[in-house]
Amino acid sequence: MDAQTLTVSSQPTARAYVRATPAPSVPPPLATVGLLGWIRANLFPSVGSGVVTVLLSLSLIWITLPLIDFLIVDAVWTGSDRDACLATAERPVVGACWAYIGDRFAYVIYGSYPIAGRWRVDIFFAMLAFGTAWLLWLEAPRRDIGAIYFFAVLPVASFVLLHGLELIGLPVVDTALWGGITVTIVVAAVGIVVSLPIGVVLALGRRSKLPAVRLLSTLFIEFVRGVPLITVLFMASVMLPLFVPDSWSPDKLMRALVGVALFSSAYMAEVVRAGLQAMPKGQYEAAHALGLSYWQTLRLIILPQALKVTIPNIVNSYIALFKDTTLVFIVGIFDFLKTIEVARADPKWSTPVTSATGYIFAAFVYFACCYAMSRYATGIEKRLSAGEKR
Amino acid sequence: MERAQPPPYPPPQAGEGRVGAVPFYRDPKLRGLLLQALLCAAIGLVAYGAIRNAADNLARANIASGFGFLDVTAGFDIGQTLIDYSSQASTYGRAFLVGVLNTLLVAGIGIAFATVIGFTVGIARLSKNFLVERLATAYVELIRNVPLLLQLLFWYNAVLKALPEIAASAVMPGGFILNNRGLFTPRPLFADGLQIVGVLAGTVVLAVVFNIVAGRVERSQRALIVRIAATALIVVGVPVAAFLAAGAPFAFEYPQIGRFNVRGGAELLPEFVALLLGLSIYTAAFIAEVVRAGLKSVSPGQTEAAQALGLRRMQTLRLIVIPQAMRVIIPPLTNQYLNLTKNSSLAVAIGYPDLFLVAGTVLNISGQAVEVVLITMAVYLTFSLIIALVMNIYNARYALVER
Repeated sequence: MDAQTLTVSSQPTARAYVRATPAPSVPPPLATVGLLGWIRANLFPSVGSGVVTVLLSLSLIWITLPLIDFLIVDAVWTGSDRDACLATAERPVVGACWAYIGDRFAYVIYGSYPIAGRWRVDIFFAMLAFGTAWLLWLEAPRRDIGAIYFFAVLPVASFVLLHGLELIGLPVVDTALWGGITVTIVVAAVGIVVSLPIGVVLALGRRSKLPAVRLLSTLFIEFVRGVPLITVLFMASVMLPLFVPDSWSPDKLMRALVGVALFSSAYMAEVVRAGLQAMPKGQYEAAHALGLSYWQTLRLIILPQALKVTIPNIVNSYIALFKDTTLVFIVGIFDFLKTIEVARADPKWSTPVTSATGYIFAAFVYFACCYAMSRYATGIEKRLSAGEKR
Repeated sequence: MERAQPPPYPPPQAGEGRVGAVPFYRDPKLRGLLLQALLCAAIGLVAYGAIRNAADNLARANIASGFGFLDVTAGFDIGQTLIDYSSQASTYGRAFLVGVLNTLLVAGIGIAFATVIGFTVGIARLSKNFLVERLATAYVELIRNVPLLLQLLFWYNAVLKALPEIAASAVMPGGFILNNRGLFTPRPLFADGLQIVGVLAGTVVLAVVFNIVAGRVERSQRALIVRIAATALIVVGVPVAAFLAAGAPFAFEYPQIGRFNVRGGAELLPEFVALLLGLSIYTAAFIAEVVRAGLKSVSPGQTEAAQALGLRRMQTLRLIVIPQAMRVIIPPLTNQYLNLTKNSSLAVAIGYPDLFLVAGTVLNISGQAVEVVLITMAVYLTFSLIIALVMNIYNARYALVER
């Protein structure tokens, strides 16, 4: 029933007091909209929270200002040796010594790789970047060829390029001369390329119905995951030469690569196993009903789905692997961190701020790489879960 | 097109079953056995070759194999020893024990710190306060994406080594002295390091066990207060009792600044401090993520239902959210504890004498590569197995029993 008709019919004289049109809506209180409202709701919702906000803001300012001073305002940008970064009477406070990073930049990237051959490293970087982009960009054409390129062509081509092959006129460069970011990327790339296939095999082995296969896979995975990476690296570098005939004793870098590959495979196996376990049993049964063999079931039905849902976790374990490459430094490989350590200890640049500068630079590089990877993983995760969103 | 009817199966003849018609290499059982036999043979062959090569190589290098070397005098010094150890009188075996204890010490204290920081940050990441949430996120992202080794080197070389030299030591109230040789504290004269650590560990274990037992009793407000009071009594009482039992010799040896060194007092090595800082801060970032995921896994309906029942915010957390979240949090949390223990082996980069550094030294001096690596791995594996065992017991007791 209409309210107005009711009023009109029962009390015609009261008509003047009845509003015929709805009242104009009043704007929300100033304190709940706009910037002010946001601040109130997110920074000062209660007294306690407000106090915390104030205290945190103050300590943030207290930390940030000196940091900016150190990194930018007081920093030294040019110079050719340590004198540029030493405190003097007219400049008592010295910030980060970026001049030293600039001076040692080539060393940090190439290590002791011969200067005449550095174009080979550059081509390697370009090939790797191309392959990575091909695989990571999900809409890229022919990603199956991309996978073959990345997992088969690239490793061989990189080895020929970096190590050299007299047959085609590339002089051999001993791995002892490799260093810097090059080695970090080589170690990470070998771990990434090797760990996925071995990890898949181990994961399948652990879920196999054959007891011997299952036992061996489980033993390997649990053993490697139960000890620190550094002991695996140590075992590879100390015990591997004992276990092979004297004539083909692998070089230092090779041993570290074996260690990293074993270690990352065991972790990858567990990641892949989680993906396999997430597959509903119906998928296997349907494949069997269609008459597919074990390997056909895996190749056509299970692995494509299982690996797809595992991509974020695979990328996460690649992040861990990338960080773990720093450990090869302890068994005497000149990776990125080691070159920073060496450059830091160089008397030519020895100043009180050199260490901090070197570490901040290294931290920035590692952070940029790992953060980019983790953003990628998050993006994929969002994309994959788009179907489950309501 | 009409398809030809398949010919009917020939009737089985005497002595020939249907299976017999299938060639033996298509029999899945046989194939499985064959595959496993091949695999075992291949691995056995590789292992045999490796062992023979190792024996040859060791014989050529004149290294005796076996664990007899553990009884040989070590002959090297260790910077931090919780038990009696001297380079002249102690054996390699004792050196290993010192290393294991040092690893356990830094891992134990590191776990405590990492848990406190991690829970704080993890809860802060779910805060409604924008600044708190952002800072916690920044902490997690920054720490998780920088290698631990780099962080350790940073704390050690860029922070602790940059502290003032001995002559310019910072003297803090209470007799603490801080310089680039470490943190020097007054040393109580009644006990050595191991005894103190032992008493403290005993206290913690007692308090935890008491709380688990008491936790089964019905949770009224009064029971809770009694429980907190009793825990406090244990935490304060046991060390005091131990102190009194030792004869209460209330005397401290204060560190003195000498010309080249600090004499007396107890010393916290800068390596120890750096390792502790690095491990706690790094692991805390991972624990924070575990805690956040655990708290988020409790559906909001639970909180709403608790509010509908009239529970206050703290009660909701304590009685509804946390018990359910813990079921999700505990398994990955123990995993992080294990990671911290394994990561403590990075101590070798900054020279803290943990198990791995001691093992490396023993290896270099004695040359017993295989045995040393085996012992080291066995110790870490033991840690892993113990934690996995505890984990399984916990899971069996608290796992959600579904229909």
